Amino acid sequence: MLLRAACMRAPAQSFILSLALAGAVLASPAAGQEPASPPAPQPQGAAPAETRIGLIYRVQPQPSSYDAEAPPEDEGLAGARMGIADNNTTGRFTKQAYALDEAALSEGGPSAAEAARALVAKGTKYLVLALPADEVLAVADAVKDTGAVVFNAAAPDDRLRGADCRKNVFHVVPSRAMQADALAQYLTLMRWRKIFLIVGPNPADKLYAEAVKNAARKFGLKITAEKPWTFGPLAKARGDTPTRAEAMVFTRGLDYDMVVVADEAGDWGDYVPYRTVDPRPVAGTQGLVATTWSPVLETWGAAQAQNRFRRLAGRLMRPLDYQVWASVRAVGDAATVQKGSDPAAIAPYLTDPAFSLPAYKGVSLTFRPWDHQLRQPLIVVQPKMLVSVAPEQGFLHQRTPLDTLGTDLPETTCKFP
Amino acid sequence: MDRCVKAGLGLAVLAGLTGGMAGGAQAYTVYVSNEKGNSVSVIDTATMAVTATWKVGRRPRGITVSKDGKEVFVCASDDDRIDVLDAATGKVVRSLRSGPDPEQFILDRSGNPLYVANEDDSQVTIIDIEKNKVLAEVPVGVEPEGMGLSPDGKILVNTSETTNMAHFIDTKTFQVIDNVLVDARPRFAEFTSDGKFLWVSAEVGGTVSVIDVATRRVVKKITFKIPGVNDEAIQPVGVRITQDGAKAFVALGPANRVAVIDAKSFEVQKYLPVGQRVWQLAFTPDQKLLFSTNGTSNDVSVIDVAAEKVVKSIPVGLLPWGVAISPH
Repeated sequence: MLLRAACMRAPAQSFILSLALAGAVLASPAAGQEPASPPAPQPQGAAPAETRIGLIYRVQPQPSSYDAEAPPEDEGLAGARMGIADNNTTGRFTKQAYALDEAALSEGGPSAAEAARALVAKGTKYLVLALPADEVLAVADAVKDTGAVVFNAAAPDDRLRGADCRKNVFHVVPSRAMQADALAQYLTLMRWRKIFLIVGPNPADKLYAEAVKNAARKFGLKITAEKPWTFGPLAKARGDTPTRAEAMVFTRGLDYDMVVVADEAGDWGDYVPYRTVDPRPVAGTQGLVATTWSPVLETWGAAQAQNRFRRLAGRLMRPLDYQVWASVRAVGDAATVQKGSDPAAIAPYLTDPAFSLPAYKGVSLTFRPWDHQLRQPLIVVQPKMLVSVAPEQGFLHQRTPLDTLGTDLPETTCKFP
Repeated sequence: MDRCVKAGLGLAVLAGLTGGMAGGAQAYTVYVSNEKGNSVSVIDTATMAVTATWKVGRRPRGITVSKDGKEVFVCASDDDRIDVLDAATGKVVRSLRSGPDPEQFILDRSGNPLYVANEDDSQVTIIDIEKNKVLAEVPVGVEPEGMGLSPDGKILVNTSETTNMAHFIDTKTFQVIDNVLVDARPRFAEFTSDGKFLWVSAEVGGTVSVIDVATRRVVKKITFKIPGVNDEAIQPVGVRITQDGAKAFVALGPANRVAVIDAKSFEVQKYLPVGQRVWQLAFTPDQKLLFSTNGTSNDVSVIDVAAEKVVKSIPVGLLPWGVAISPH
């Protein structure tokens, strides 16, 4: 005889959750199952209190022709769904239920700030943003007086952790400074001290290059050459596009150990490896990257998350999925300990020393009180394999080695009111 | 456990009489699962050498031995099954329907059923190993892993790594009766032999919670501090407590140490240097030796329990994960 100790299991929940439409107010489907399952772990309770978490994002435009690496339409969203499912699995034992509000922005539709205000008006007090920096600020300011808590899962801009910091925003995505510091630590470890920096035409590329220069100063590396990329999106070019000879020779006659490319849009960085005149490795936004997640990460329990994600989304987990997942889990983890999800209690708890988020990095992740940046190890990874993990051994800090990545307390320009 | 130890002592007495054993200790067979080697290394404690390497299913992790010592059970996590090996030949004689991604398990005190943590599926599966039949599936938190059984066999405890709880399960009704929140990423649950306390390690939290079983409250949180080792590298996983309740041993992962703890005062007494990324621990039935699996150095360390010293390291397969010891 097969005894079923409860009628609902996680995959079924996530299926129901995935049916939840953007903005629809639902009696929580997950919660609805709870009273019906008699052997619930704490049988005395009424229906669990529901916590709604909103994801505001923009569906990535699909490529006009075949692109093996095109971002999937549910990038980030699938991570939110997994985070909600994980929160609900835990919530079964704590009498807490979670539901996702999906707000996909579109051309001509409501702005990010309007979408945020609408969600908060409906009682959604946690907003996860997969949006650029300007929209993060717009949302943060729009919901400033509502007590809502905002998670920045996508914008790496250092100014959001510096002069433009906001007290109601928590940054789960690592800043550019953290990414560049992680890479610089690896270069230091390898004694590859001379960098050839190639900078793309977009403003974000210049910010990334700026972070690399700061990291070089911080870790004693040298930018021995710097050139702008002026040859167009060659990584997006087809095999039958005429070869741009000047793009292959502009690396001639330089003295460097490693190329660092600054191409956040992914337009040309992947064109550079194996095309430099001198045989040199490539890192930065392409090649060897410092990031939060990669499908090849399997240690610290990551293999379980990879499997769970693949079963749920039917594809591999990407950094944005991980960052959104971690945002949703931060709410869940804090609510478990606080025994409730009132943002007035959760927001201060996120920077409390007792808060710690296990997120498949071998150490627990915490938020820096001075700028609300999530402290985290970054993986230094090439497309097929984990190469290293920052902070590297030997980089010490009086607080935690994790604070060797990014802007430290003495340097911060963030001033919370 | 009681009966196991008595049997072991009986054999030790017998061995003493026949005088056939090196150093007066009983010879046991140690089985080590190699997570990336897809194999089980077999070690004879008389010679302290690997005598055989057996092929098993993919990603072998949890490992245990049947009560009579004749069969070895191995979680083949990536094959979603448990392989049952003939301890005499090392051949897989049958596979159990474990549910998806079995990671750790524990045998009932009577030798049947087997309680299995299904890591990818947020449940514990209870299997009748004679009939190869699933008796129950109990929903637990995200990424269930550690499995502990009270000495009287009445309470099963599962730890869920992402939910960060110890779930108390009644082994008669297969219902979750309580949940205790512990620190981040609980990996292992071990009862004291008097059944009064449950020790739960938290890998990312860096602590061991001691839970009063009667009140289900955390009465002590054991922390660790090792000079010259980052706090972040201290990641408690395997926990073993001696039968007399005097000493506890805790494997500290990438700190490459096993902590020796006074199990009464909860004071850490010393740190024994072992191989790299130490995870699971197992006593020989006479409790004279403790074996640790060291994942990244691909070996096991052998600890003399009375002397609190590492006496040997033995190379095994790729990424050793679990260890189980037969009385035979």
